Amino acid sequence: MAMDAAGLHARLREKFGDVVGPLEGSGRNASATVAPARIAEVGEFLKTDPALRFDCLSNLSGVDYPKQGHIQIVYHLFSYLHRHAFVLRVNAPRDNPQVATVSSVWSHADWQEREAFDLLGVTFEGHPDLRRILMPEDWPGHPLRKDFVEPESYHGIPTSRESLLKA
Amino acid sequence: MSLINTAPEMALTTRVDDLLNWTRKSSLWYMMFGLACCAIEMMQTGGPRADLERFGMAPRATPRVSDVIIVSGTLTLKMALRTKLLYDQMPEPKYAISMGSCANCGGLFQLAYSVCDGVDRVIPVDVYVPGCPPRPEALTEGLIKLQEKIAQERWLVRKAEPVGVRA
Repeated sequence: MAMDAAGLHARLREKFGDVVGPLEGSGRNASATVAPARIAEVGEFLKTDPALRFDCLSNLSGVDYPKQGHIQIVYHLFSYLHRHAFVLRVNAPRDNPQVATVSSVWSHADWQEREAFDLLGVTFEGHPDLRRILMPEDWPGHPLRKDFVEPESYHGIPTSRESLLKA
Repeated sequence: MSLINTAPEMALTTRVDDLLNWTRKSSLWYMMFGLACCAIEMMQTGGPRADLERFGMAPRATPRVSDVIIVSGTLTLKMALRTKLLYDQMPEPKYAISMGSCANCGGLFQLAYSVCDGVDRVIPVDVYVPGCPPRPEALTEGLIKLQEKIAQERWLVRKAEPVGVRA
């Protein structure tokens, strides 16, 4: 039986109380924030609870908010059994972002968390194999952070090229 | 290129350079180095319609037996180091063709943090084929240009002037 956003949120609040923040948005984009250390617990409940059964983590992405001073990890969840969706958001401090891993809950979170680690520098506590996945192992910094500055060269390869369109 | 038959029947006279160049340009084995969408066009060029085999060209999966590397697609910085390694493994004389805008200069992705701005940053390129992606006709044209270049090489006298195009 599909639940609407308010129902899903109420079920989470009932179980976890203030760990889950207020409901934002509506429909499939309805979301709530969760404390970074508790996300694995919340995920486990969302997956195993018979009324919720969120068996698919459609997407795990990250956003850098330098002004607010945090990096936000966004979890798009979907239930193939009940056909309902929900979004969880986790705010981790920018200087030392640490979030509990959900790869033990949804195994396909493994590579998505590695991507977030690679591009945003978020450390997922308890991840079995937290290595870079896209960028080279010796790449400096995390390129999707807003304050990332592209290095002048990489192993002697210049990273910029003169424009041919200059007058 | 001239294989001028000035002797009586059943004999063929030519210059050593010309003979060597003729054999070399008539059996260019190319290393398949498809990196992105240009690779699809490269496959088409090897297919029955454009038919590279009529030039004696055959795709190879290893640099050890290849004469020419066709770099077709977006070259990332991570791949650029491997490209250099593969090019170094090719036996002399070796040639390189840069196929498509991305391999020429980084193309659409030139400003991206992860993309190498042209394959000529890491290996010497003989022929640049423009296009996004180039049609099979364009790549064929590029290969004919490479054949013309090979036909002008001098092997007996090192560092001699190119012989130029002869009738």
